[in-house]
Amino acid sequence: MKATNIFDPNYFHKVVDCQWACPAHTPVPEYIRLIAQERYTEAYMLNWDSNVFPGILGRTCDRPCEPACRRVRTEEKPVAICRLKRVAADNKGDVSAYMPKVPTRKNGKRVALIGAGPASLAVARDLLPQGYEVHLFEKDPAGGGMMRSQIPAFRLPIEVLEEEVDRILDMGVITHFNHEITSMKAFLDDEDFDAVFVGTGAPRGRDLDLPGRDAVNDHVSIGIDWLSSVAFGHTSRIDGKVIVMGGGNTAMDCCRTAKRLGAESVTVVVRSAFEVMKASEWEKEDAMSEGIPIVNNRPPKEFVHENGRLKGVIFECVKPVEENGRLKYVPSGEPDVFMEADHILMAIGQDNHCPWIERDLGIEFDKWDCPILDEDTLQSSNPKVFFGGDAALGPENIIWASAHAHKAAISIHLFCQGRDLKADRPPEGVNLISQKMGVHEWSYDSQHDPSARYLVPHVERKVALADIKVEVELGFDRALGAKEAQRCLNCDVQTVFAQKLCIECDACVDICPMDCITFTENAEEGELRARLTAPAGNVEQALYVSGELGTGRVMVKDEDVCVHCGLCAERCPTNAWDMQKSVFHIPQLGSYAE
Amino acid sequence: MTFVAKPRVHHPKLPINEIGLTRRDYEGPVSTLCAGCGHDSVSAAIVAACAELSLPPHKFAKISGIGCSSKTPSYFLSKSHGFNSVHGRMPSVATGANLANRELYCIGVSGDGDTASIGLGQFAHIVRRRINMLYIVDNNGTYGLTKGQFSATNDKGSTSKKGSPNLYEPIDLVSMALQIGASFVARSFSGDKKQLVPLIKAGLMHKGFAFIDVISPCVAFNNHQGSTKSYEYVRDHSETVTVSDYFQPHDEITVDYDPGSSEDVKMPDGSTLRLHKLDRDFDVHDRVNALNYVQKRQAEGEVVTGLLYVDPDASDCHEILDTVQRPLNELGEAELCPGNAALHAINDSFR
Repeated sequence: MKATNIFDPNYFHKVVDCQWACPAHTPVPEYIRLIAQERYTEAYMLNWDSNVFPGILGRTCDRPCEPACRRVRTEEKPVAICRLKRVAADNKGDVSAYMPKVPTRKNGKRVALIGAGPASLAVARDLLPQGYEVHLFEKDPAGGGMMRSQIPAFRLPIEVLEEEVDRILDMGVITHFNHEITSMKAFLDDEDFDAVFVGTGAPRGRDLDLPGRDAVNDHVSIGIDWLSSVAFGHTSRIDGKVIVMGGGNTAMDCCRTAKRLGAESVTVVVRSAFEVMKASEWEKEDAMSEGIPIVNNRPPKEFVHENGRLKGVIFECVKPVEENGRLKYVPSGEPDVFMEADHILMAIGQDNHCPWIERDLGIEFDKWDCPILDEDTLQSSNPKVFFGGDAALGPENIIWASAHAHKAAISIHLFCQGRDLKADRPPEGVNLISQKMGVHEWSYDSQHDPSARYLVPHVERKVALADIKVEVELGFDRALGAKEAQRCLNCDVQTVFAQKLCIECDACVDICPMDCITFTENAEEGELRARLTAPAGNVEQALYVSGELGTGRVMVKDEDVCVHCGLCAERCPTNAWDMQKSVFHIPQLGSYAE
Repeated sequence: MTFVAKPRVHHPKLPINEIGLTRRDYEGPVSTLCAGCGHDSVSAAIVAACAELSLPPHKFAKISGIGCSSKTPSYFLSKSHGFNSVHGRMPSVATGANLANRELYCIGVSGDGDTASIGLGQFAHIVRRRINMLYIVDNNGTYGLTKGQFSATNDKGSTSKKGSPNLYEPIDLVSMALQIGASFVARSFSGDKKQLVPLIKAGLMHKGFAFIDVISPCVAFNNHQGSTKSYEYVRDHSETVTVSDYFQPHDEITVDYDPGSSEDVKMPDGSTLRLHKLDRDFDVHDRVNALNYVQKRQAEGEVVTGLLYVDPDASDCHEILDTVQRPLNELGEAELCPGNAALHAINDSFR
């Protein structure tokens, strides 16, 4: 193999599994260290800079970082990254001094943001400090988008939401609430904006076309619409027996909300198997622990009614069969089941829906009704219109919206300044900073903490179910947060090898607790992986290969299960190994981290 | 020297041996030797060898004298018996331990000072007596613990860190061991575990006195230009005469060498030592030839490594003395103290 180029920003970035997995590339180990040092405000700001909504995300994020966490591979459970983010948010001090300054003298460019969800808000946050005049248009009476309308208050208290939404609005966004834009054509013609960003989400909940469906309209609600009407106070009760159809996070929110609004019984019925449900593991657990049954492998067949009064639903019984590595459902042979219901909440997915964008404006759409965008710039085929969040690439989650927003904000800025959206984009970069403080002294807690993942306390069930506004998770307190923070392996403190200093004494090989390091003759990657002290079977993880050493061999380090304990550097007599913190430059307008 | 302990966490796929242990179970506490010390690699090689042989750690006796080398038994096999003895007196203590309990695997670790200077007399006699043990010398040619004076194995003309040359002839422990009757003699290099681990395995399973002289560079005091015991010098000047592969009785023998150059040596426990002779004329069963070869190459500035001599059918001290078959701690009082009448009978037999 060729020697690894560690100055390629992506090389070490991939080693920081959590940060790499995070769409917004939040520097996770760095903020966890700040929490360990009780520097909650700084930890919060590092998050705010990168993902814009730390308090909200610390409660609701889909957490792509956690399954990626190295701890899953070295032991078992990942670091509770999301809950630590909440620790930073809950314990932060006054952040006003850290806020970017918004110039009072504007740069003369006006940008419109359509939809007041996370994507638009994050774009506003990035553009305002650059002097843009930012107008936000929203059909609802308040900002926050799906964070307000679809996430129930028992998961996300309204104060937390409003604090972070208002922080951006207060930077000087010109808001136009209760202002639904019904024609993009009219909007583009009448208003004179330099650029338009569309962040209207994926607002259309799917429905089912089954026998009896039309007759029971009064007893069927679309999940996201129903959650929204609960959020805005239009709905405060649900009576009788409720069936929630669907297996995603919306289904989980629907069933738990229904339980709190007085339903006699709530059952979740899912067409597929439990293991492949789209809902996050912890959301399924929370629903079940509130006594809500989840019935799997039951595709609905027919709505049963008596003169328009819903009686229940007939479900087919299927079983999953694996075929070519994919699950296929075949009839299980059991007779169809009838389940009584007075109300159905339909949470079987949502789609992009932009009927208000006329199709002759030069904004092209694909067959799934998603706009055709340049992936790097999020620019549509109409050069002054940009998309982000769910509106861009279909339903994802909040953290993707933040990631898109940073990208789109750079594009909008370049576009408004008349520069090239690709050639003039700021590049990615990496800085490596030695963490050696002295003999046996490192500027990070290098010692491995073998503790198991700490459990987060919950409010008492009776109290939780009595009031929709009572937050269920209490979050880690400072002490628990400090303990959990110690579980982080500091994957951003990299093992950096200086080939010309190595005397091949084997000290690093002998001390490495994870058998990561091997000195061997060079070979092609496949052969090399098999030849290591501990064969490197996880091809997702890179091999760090040095150039040829004195003996003609090379140093090969399997990055897979390195716990970044620094013992290789500690035992190296010539400082050929050093522990260096990698700081990644993720392009972002006016980044605080720079 | 390090203060950061090696964490217990290990590779998720770390192999488990036949007695349910991983290699990590054969380690000891973290070494306090200088970072990069060759001795730590020797310890790691012993750990690897014992783990791969699936030997129970509590069946080991580790004996050492004084010096950097003699600290190392602390850093491997923490669940075994150990005795850090007096300077140069490891052979006496090892002899006692082996006579008292013949069922223990006895590993003696010594250094060039401990063996070739203060302990030279003891060394010669433990070789003669053929104690059934593995005697390893961590040979770095310097007194590291007292800041780098030349030791007795330092080559004439080799320089100190400050540049002054050594004026005395070296003692070659391999030649001595060959001459006095060791039945397993090898030389290796701490920086070459591929060679060292099979040699340690074979040495442990050899019945009789097994001696391995391991060149183990001192990074602090003897790893400079002008030293003949530095990593660089040894790598440039070592000549491997035999490559050994060790196979346990149930192992599938996988390594194939050109038939004319390889030989299988059957070990007493049924295991096999497959030797690949890089010089076809080299005969590992010819003591005189081995001695000549080592001396000749040494005169040319080369360090001969590999297994140099083995007599798999050699007898050990217990056989020579016809001692009791069981360890003394398993004998009852009646057997250990047969009483006055028995003493009289013995005395009478000499009258």
